[in-house]
Amino acid sequence: MAVNVRIPTPLRKFTSGKDIILVEGATVGEALENLTSAHPELRTKLFSDNGQVRRFVNVFANEEDIRFLEQLNTAVADGDQVSIIPAIAGGRA
Amino acid sequence: MASFSELIERVKSEIQETDVETVHALLKGGTPLTLIDVRERDEFVDGHIQGAQFVPRGMLDLKIEGMVAERDTPIVLYCAGGTRSALAAKSLQDLGYSDVKSMAGGFGAWKSGGHKVHIPKALSQDQLSRYSRHLIIPEVGETGQRKLLDAKVLMLGAGGLGSPAALYLAAAGVGKIGIIDSDVVDRSNLQRQILHTDDRVGTSKVESARQTLKALNPDVEVVAYETWLNSDNVLEIFEGWDIVVDGGDNFATRYLVNDACVHLDIPNVHGSVYRFDGQVTSFVPHDGPCYRCLYPEPPPPELAPSCQEAGVLGVLPGIIGLLQAIEVVKLIVGIGEPLKGRLLTFDGLNSQFRELKLRRDPECSVCRDGAEFTGFIDYQLFCNVG
Repeated sequence: MAVNVRIPTPLRKFTSGKDIILVEGATVGEALENLTSAHPELRTKLFSDNGQVRRFVNVFANEEDIRFLEQLNTAVADGDQVSIIPAIAGGRA
Repeated sequence: MASFSELIERVKSEIQETDVETVHALLKGGTPLTLIDVRERDEFVDGHIQGAQFVPRGMLDLKIEGMVAERDTPIVLYCAGGTRSALAAKSLQDLGYSDVKSMAGGFGAWKSGGHKVHIPKALSQDQLSRYSRHLIIPEVGETGQRKLLDAKVLMLGAGGLGSPAALYLAAAGVGKIGIIDSDVVDRSNLQRQILHTDDRVGTSKVESARQTLKALNPDVEVVAYETWLNSDNVLEIFEGWDIVVDGGDNFATRYLVNDACVHLDIPNVHGSVYRFDGQVTSFVPHDGPCYRCLYPEPPPPELAPSCQEAGVLGVLPGIIGLLQAIEVVKLIVGIGEPLKGRLLTFDGLNSQFRELKLRRDPECSVCRDGAEFTGFIDYQLFCNVG
């Protein structure tokens, strides 16, 4: 399975500026594992020490939040899109 | 062929009538009742029975199913004298509504019976002209415009997002706009914060905002809060507002705004921007998710991107702030589908909108069913992606 992972702007400095990265994986977890193997600096940004997705980062499989699906075990199909949406505060300044 | 009066007499014999005293007693007693004023708009605006819904007779057949789902719901119709409401009652009866009554004597009998008449605030000549493009939209009209004029919207920040939102909300006639900001205008703000002007550099942002908004629309009352929002003042400031527009620039304020809005049951229209990217959603407490359902806790300072990395294309908050403004207008007027449970993201570089589904977290610390209010949290302020 090849899925597209969308990298949010604040994290693109760890992916050489790329906004969409094609990775292999049958689940969201596998896709992110392959992503962070290729771009190791992303790992601590996305995962806490126990391997869970950080609480201020949300991961969506297509338009659904994986927390309300099967978490990292959520299955993905060829061509699916995985989005990483971190909390962003900006607006006023 | 039957004359009109013969026709009316026949219709009246086929429907049920009630009288103003019965209706008055039912309303006073709090009996659930769908009361519909079937007259024309100008008649309704001149005065009607409080609590009546306005549906001109010509629209009633089309609209009734959307308003009253159960066919056995008690419905009372009235017009000026009891003729149009009799005809309307016949139509509803034919549609299968089994408990429809026409109020004999109509609004005229109601008034001569000495019962209270509700007269909505009439628009002035200036207002009829200023809001004419709203008034001709059926979904807004005078009723919607009056809702806007009666609305109280609190803006968190007179900055990148707050500027466009406040300008358009003032233009739309939102009657009362509150603005919380403790900053002064800096020249570096002017690339995007279009409430402010070059000659106001160094002066208070809330005062600058007030000047701009009053110049645009003198109808609008501007309430300035030149203060930093914290756990001590948040309740006092937020109480009494209908909607909060969050254009904050730091996590401490975002969480405070969310928790206060959930506590006070105030919809919170949320926007955020970073460089070329923006996000907007409407958090409607206890109906849709809140910010903590999305992100239970703010990131720790060491994991938030540093200030030096921030920055935003000046146009971007204009786009996101106006998406917030249209959400506010929809929530006030009660039309369309707000971004409740939906996160709209905008990628300015590729000019792409996307939508993600947000869900209520049944474990949410502030908005889950039965959650106890445990006070507000002042998170440590740190530099972030503002």
